Amino acid sequence: MLEIENLTAEIDGKTILNGLTLTVPAGEVHAIMGPNGAGKSTLSYVLGGRPGYEVTGGSVRFDGEDLLDMEPHERAAAGLFLGFQYPVEIPGVSNVQFLREALNSQRKARGEEPLTGGEFLKLAKEKSALLKLDPEMLKRHVNVGFSGGEKKRAEMVQMGILDPKFAVLDETDSGLDIDALRVVGEGINSIMRAPDKAVLLITHYQRLLEVVKPDKVSILSQGRIVQTGGPELAVRLEEEGYDAVMAA
Amino acid sequence: MSEDIDIQDREAREAAEKAAEYEHGWSSDIETEFAEKGLNEDTVRFISAKKGEPEWMLDWRLKAFRLWQEMEEPNWAKLGYPEIDYQDAYYYAAPKKKVELDSLDDLDPEIKRVYDKLGIPLGEQEVLAGVKGAKKVAVDAVFDSVSVATSFREELKRAGVIFLSISEAIREYPDLVKKWLGKVVPQHDNYFATLNSAVFSDGTFVYVPEGVRCPMELSTYFRINAENTGQFERTLIVAEKGSYVSYLEGCTAPMRDENQLHAAVVELVAMEDAEIKYSTVQNWYPGNSEGVGGIYNFVTKRALCQGARSKVSWTQVETGSAVTWKYPSCVLNGEDSVGEFYSVAVTNNYQQADTGTKMIHNGKGSRSTIISKGISAGKSDNTYRGMVRVAANADGVRNRTECDSLLIGDQCGAHTVPYIEVKNPTAQIEHEATTSKISDDQLFYAMQRGLDDEEAMALIVNGFAKEVLKELPMEFAVEAQKLLAISLEGSVG
Repeated sequence: MLEIENLTAEIDGKTILNGLTLTVPAGEVHAIMGPNGAGKSTLSYVLGGRPGYEVTGGSVRFDGEDLLDMEPHERAAAGLFLGFQYPVEIPGVSNVQFLREALNSQRKARGEEPLTGGEFLKLAKEKSALLKLDPEMLKRHVNVGFSGGEKKRAEMVQMGILDPKFAVLDETDSGLDIDALRVVGEGINSIMRAPDKAVLLITHYQRLLEVVKPDKVSILSQGRIVQTGGPELAVRLEEEGYDAVMAA
Repeated sequence: MSEDIDIQDREAREAAEKAAEYEHGWSSDIETEFAEKGLNEDTVRFISAKKGEPEWMLDWRLKAFRLWQEMEEPNWAKLGYPEIDYQDAYYYAAPKKKVELDSLDDLDPEIKRVYDKLGIPLGEQEVLAGVKGAKKVAVDAVFDSVSVATSFREELKRAGVIFLSISEAIREYPDLVKKWLGKVVPQHDNYFATLNSAVFSDGTFVYVPEGVRCPMELSTYFRINAENTGQFERTLIVAEKGSYVSYLEGCTAPMRDENQLHAAVVELVAMEDAEIKYSTVQNWYPGNSEGVGGIYNFVTKRALCQGARSKVSWTQVETGSAVTWKYPSCVLNGEDSVGEFYSVAVTNNYQQADTGTKMIHNGKGSRSTIISKGISAGKSDNTYRGMVRVAANADGVRNRTECDSLLIGDQCGAHTVPYIEVKNPTAQIEHEATTSKISDDQLFYAMQRGLDDEEAMALIVNGFAKEVLKELPMEFAVEAQKLLAISLEGSVG
């Protein structure tokens, strides 16, 4: 589903990704762990197509298509979703308006009919119930005045509504208490655990992985994948630390 | 309800898909009868004679003209434009076919086509199409300088509301016009208002008698259609004790290479317990992306909140004109009277706007709210200029002012110039101002969810302007949202 081949990328002339190669097939949940500054967030922005992140080499194929050749909104319409580490506030725009416009733009790009207001509200209520988010929150402005935990839960509601094929979740677990972590983890499972979907889960900690249970774990260091293993790799990292595991 | 939303969405989408160039850039070829180029006493006499005005009106105009000759064009605003040659413009243009119609259905098809192109809002289109049960909106169509049709006059008449072109009102209700014309904006008020007083071509007169709630929203379309013709509209609205009226004003103009002068005067009078809601969507031609052409818009709008507990709300969405000079104001004479000003001003490319309001608190316990949202893009300049003045004997006055500026790109300017003059210690005045840039974070976030760059920009900008847009009547709010999106096209990146 996602094939990253020898990817290099830089910001302001500084190389961050340095020959990264990674394949995530459909049906897989793949965790990326790594020390600070390893390039985890850069990877997620490069996949999303954020302006300012310049790809200097390599390729990314998404369902066989050249992902790097697409505009950010085209990547979204193709089924790529980014869960942001720091979800952005948009004052004056309700979640309902934001997500309905986003979803209908995606549907239009895919040649599908737009959802009516009624259809959309039904979907939005269903997904917020799944993530135990008060549906009233949908009326509030996008992320404005949300607590850290609410923002992350709202990201998952967005993911549920947009129903992507592939989700890149950048430290979705940061800022969550134990209960919220469980809700979010179960949300990921119910929305994204399917044979035709896949997840790239960027995290610092093992605790989210106890709920989501990745199929594979890779270590990202200095802009490239240095080690890939099963879920046991995450447990070792938690116990022994990056230096010890990578040195071994 | 959801179907309504769908229609709006579809409309918004279609509008957004239109070409980046100015949508209303075409001109229709209805024959025009000009007054000769230039401005002198004969021009004033020509206009007055053309309109069949009584002697007193001509005298009033001539007095204004003589005052104007002694005046200097103001230069205190943060605006720069080439000197205007007032002798190189036409001051009167009227469609040759003069028609008095019972309804808009009988309108000259050419003029009808013009309205169609203007994209008259939903409610009014239904009214035009004669849809049963359509929400009633009376359209007094000002085509160039002469009103060509007035609809719903009968129903309004039954309610006792007078809704006429100002020319008709001068002939039919001379006493009412004499009583109020120039009382809110005196003839010598300022250079542009004085010019208007001398040469005003047409405009609207509304009179709502005591205790009457106007049964429909009143709407007028202004349109500049003849090359090199100044537009000098004159509007007078009088709301008697305990009455209510909501008035919508929308403007579009065809694309022209030469600058066109527009100097309107709007006077509102609200007596005891009366309320006037005045909404404007202004979309005059702003000039091309190089700053060539466009309307010079010098407008004097003022309301007199004369009676106790009277209330006037100005809501404006200003997207057009090369130069905007406009300060809709409230003179709050009545005790506990209320003045409100809600404004969104968008400038792009080389547009310049210097706009704001004055709230003059003379009445005890009078209150005012000012919410101004300035959006600047391209190489434009956007200035909020506002005054809050509290007279010495006006106890218990309150004002809240909120000025927010949004910058798009790094070559535009936003300026806030508040003047606060308080002569009474019991006044409570709050002023808040913010300036922000549309952040790359916001744009990328919205694009990652599926919106293209223009859609993302429109969404963020509409969110920024929401507090003001929600004050507009429904039909206008939809049109205004489209306008914001259209006027910022090409400013991303």
